Amino acid sequence: MNDLTASERLDLIRNKNRPTVRDYIPLLFDDFFELHGDRLYGDDGAVIGGIGYFKGMPVTVIATVKGRNLEENKASNFGMPHPEGYRKALRLAKQAEKFQRPVICLVDTSGAFCGIEAEQRGQGEAIARNLMEFSSLKTPIITVILGEGGSGGALALAVCDELAMLENALYSVISPRGCASILWKDASREKEACNVLKITAEDLTGFGICDHIIEEAVGGAQNGPEQTAENISEYICEALERKMKKSLDELLNERYTKFRKIGEFSEI
Amino acid sequence: MVLEDLFSVVKTRFNGDQKDEEKKKTDIPKDLMFKCPRCSNVAFMDDFVAIGKICPNCGYHARLSAAERLEVTADKGSFKEFDGGMISKNPIGFDGYPEKQEALRAKTGLKDAVITGEATIHGEKLVLGIMDSNYMMASMGSVVGEKITRAFEYATENKLPIVIFTCSGGARMQEGTISLMQMAKTCAAAQKHSQSGGLYITVMTDPTTGGVTASFASVGDIIIAEPKVLIGFAGRRVIEGTIKQRLPDDFQSAEFLLEHGFADMIVERRRLRRTIAHLIRLHKTDSRETGNGGTHL
Ligand SMILES: [Zn+2]
Repeated sequence: MNDLTASERLDLIRNKNRPTVRDYIPLLFDDFFELHGDRLYGDDGAVIGGIGYFKGMPVTVIATVKGRNLEENKASNFGMPHPEGYRKALRLAKQAEKFQRPVICLVDTSGAFCGIEAEQRGQGEAIARNLMEFSSLKTPIITVILGEGGSGGALALAVCDELAMLENALYSVISPRGCASILWKDASREKEACNVLKITAEDLTGFGICDHIIEEAVGGAQNGPEQTAENISEYICEALERKMKKSLDELLNERYTKFRKIGEFSEI
Repeated sequence: MVLEDLFSVVKTRFNGDQKDEEKKKTDIPKDLMFKCPRCSNVAFMDDFVAIGKICPNCGYHARLSAAERLEVTADKGSFKEFDGGMISKNPIGFDGYPEKQEALRAKTGLKDAVITGEATIHGEKLVLGIMDSNYMMASMGSVVGEKITRAFEYATENKLPIVIFTCSGGARMQEGTISLMQMAKTCAAAQKHSQSGGLYITVMTDPTTGGVTASFASVGDIIIAEPKVLIGFAGRRVIEGTIKQRLPDDFQSAEFLLEHGFADMIVERRRLRRTIAHLIRLHKTDSRETGNGGTHL
């Protein structure tokens, strides 16, 4: 059992030695071809997308990508997508639907980028469109949160049939920094905020948001990227097996219900 | 219905806000004057309210409560509310959240940040959702998510158009990741409504931001915005913090949205009822046969 607090996990998933999507893709997929561009504006380096084989089966892979060094981080905008990143994701998801390939989404982002150009090109619309379209995409979608699941920027790749999280991953509605600055007008208290928000894989399993927790190598994924990748691979294999044998109607109804039932309220 | 009548109701309601003598004394400038958040112009509150809470200088359309909005939007007496007794829980045990809600319920008379129901506008039947920024900045938690979702589902089942007046500070932090999931839930319901051929009109009002912009507010078949209102994804201060410079005043305005292709039209408040009724008529299958969609308004 993982007994780290949410803030200890935050340290772990921001550790510069933590494996990134670029490390995992070759370990999970064979003959991966990266596909670029949203066909509307440009190609966003924060979202990597492509096709390859997963255990012999063609799949579409869509992932937010953090860099392993400053140079990579400049190219990937520290893993924070612009609207064209989400639109590239949607284009590739639609392509997967056409060719009846399952979609595997890998998420590690602190959130959608906040900037002038992101607003000009409709960051809100881009995310919203993905939520809407992924909800009825006619092919199985499996999402794995590898590290940070930062709000709408993560959710745009997480409307799926099953959501799994690496055991130290976090998935939150607001960055712990943002929460701290609202609560205490002090962004530096992000660790406290982190523990308030109930954003660990165990917390989210309790709320019916996370469907499966994937074990990392002992002490964290950085201690064993291959072992961690193997665990991810095993999970994806099982999840696809579960989803591939369903009829399309069943798949889409269950996806709708998965999100439909989340919410806590009473009626007086 | 005459507009003057509509706004006189608003005016009465608004002036009714001045509850006690003490408040009157301490808040005199605030109660008597309106300072426009867009152009900083100061106007007499009476003048501002008389023209429908619109800045007389720049035309900024100030915020209306859900009750005020309903009053100026739906045909009199036509509104039948859905789920009026729904209240949220405290799923992540957020400190002070239940107390905050209780206080707001007492102050605003609302149970949460949205009212939904069935109504008519110029006789046209529709499902209506109206968000209210007086309630936790109209943030979306379980109740807003559930009520919006049920409204879409009702509209789908009954083959009705749906119109949602959006305003929001975003997803509700106090309900954690459950609030984030409401974005997916509402969009999935909007998708089902869309795929059934239903018409969905968004009216973006001040301010529509964050997780509501990044979910159901942005996926209407037709997106209308009130003039000069704030619409965006990220908070202005967040962006200014990133780029280390002040943003222009018209950044994230309705006009900015129109210019960049994310809204269909900007419609003044006094023309909204007519516009919505016209658009609904244009989408009715029987109006295709008769061809007299909007002539008898
Ligand atoms: Zn003004």
